[in-house]
Amino acid sequence: MNTLKLCAKPLLISVAALTLAACGGKDDDDMMMYQYDVTITNLSYSQPFSPLAAVLHGNDYQPWQLGEAASAGLENLAESGDNSGFLQEATDMSWAQQSSTGVLLPSNQATLQLMAMVNDEDKAQLQLSLATMLVNTNDAFTGINSLDLSSLAEGEQVQHDLYIYDAGTEANSEAVGTIPGPADGGEGYNAARDDVNYVAMHPGVVGRDHVGEAQAVSPSVLSSAHTFDQPIARLTVRRTQ
Amino acid sequence: MNLPTLLRALPLSLLSTAAFSQTIDIHITNLTQGMHFTPLLVSAHASDAQLFTAGQPASTALATMAEGGDISLLVAESASTAVNVENPAAGLLAPAASTQIMDLDTQDNTQLSIVAMMLPTNDGFVGLNSWTIPETAGTYTVYLNAYDAGSEANDEIINGAGALGAAGIPIAPAGNGGTGASGVTSMEANETVHIHRGNVGDADLEGGISDVDSRVHRWLNPVAKVEITVK
Repeated sequence: MNTLKLCAKPLLISVAALTLAACGGKDDDDMMMYQYDVTITNLSYSQPFSPLAAVLHGNDYQPWQLGEAASAGLENLAESGDNSGFLQEATDMSWAQQSSTGVLLPSNQATLQLMAMVNDEDKAQLQLSLATMLVNTNDAFTGINSLDLSSLAEGEQVQHDLYIYDAGTEANSEAVGTIPGPADGGEGYNAARDDVNYVAMHPGVVGRDHVGEAQAVSPSVLSSAHTFDQPIARLTVRRTQ
Repeated sequence: MNLPTLLRALPLSLLSTAAFSQTIDIHITNLTQGMHFTPLLVSAHASDAQLFTAGQPASTALATMAEGGDISLLVAESASTAVNVENPAAGLLAPAASTQIMDLDTQDNTQLSIVAMMLPTNDGFVGLNSWTIPETAGTYTVYLNAYDAGSEANDEIINGAGALGAAGIPIAPAGNGGTGASGVTSMEANETVHIHRGNVGDADLEGGISDVDSRVHRWLNPVAKVEITVK
């Protein structure tokens, strides 16, 4: 399967011809171009999204697993918004990947185009994963985990409401200096894992506006403007080819 | 091999009288980061039965479950034809943990319900109410919300109280609750089953208004994911 996937790569990344050699006996006839427009709408009040990271992959990759520790790449994405490590981890197991440039502001929309040559044997495995940080949080992210695209016909689209996850790698202290977004301008990635160390749904931002007595103990740099509810984003995937 | 396909081929009149009897697998995941579920009750039952109804007062059995995690009254009050699975996780279902029920024979029952208390809450529970079990083979995903039984004030004081009518929260199972809280409220104005408004909590573990930690013991719906495979 790895070999088959490598065949798809030269289209997407300019890899040397030696990977093509691995395709040796494979006839190009059973390869087919799959192309998708992946659109994310930020539904939040005041949570910009970090650059979107989207991956087209098969069965041997999963961006995260509920109840399991986040990968180092996901930790970095969820704490700082930097998706380079996250995408790097998927490189050998993906047909295509894309990152959007810049943050996606609330009520805005971004579309990524993903295309890949996939052979007949592997097309049943076509899945999309996507992740982006809610930048005014300690380590919240949203996205989709292994959305099955194998039955999506050309010209068709699917739509999903996205939930908010917590990477579990940084405690939700909401303390001054711990949040990279504009609400704080604090620290992004920190290799220390001082939270539960498993991925789960996010418990929500507390903020400083409605907790009263709690403020004295743990002042939050976030306000009610940074709280949120589900769903946080809308995903539309359209197969264009 | 493919009973549902055969069923679909039958005339509708025949289908409606055919015995239902499905075999299903049920996979339940606690999606929260910091809330435990007490022993789950998974019940396949007839369409005229309900474990709870949103907007209606909780039964004594439901309130007993929601306030202290005890499902025995719900089981005792269920119809003799219901198929109940008690405590599939063999204890608490921890945050982000899963449990599975394999090859459950639903017999003549067409509906599926699931309940468990959420800790630490006063009377919060995760609930699936009378979901219709599909006749077509396949895997179905259902997301569950957190309800409030409406039977106890959400004072958020952890004091060991789990008996019906006793004020307070039995325990924060991870040992990360507080003590000495003055209480968030002493009232429960809505005494019917409703969507839980969420824990308030605070960050003061030795006082404040709540023994619930606002940074840990809160959630956004949905709180559980259930995957049902109809065979």
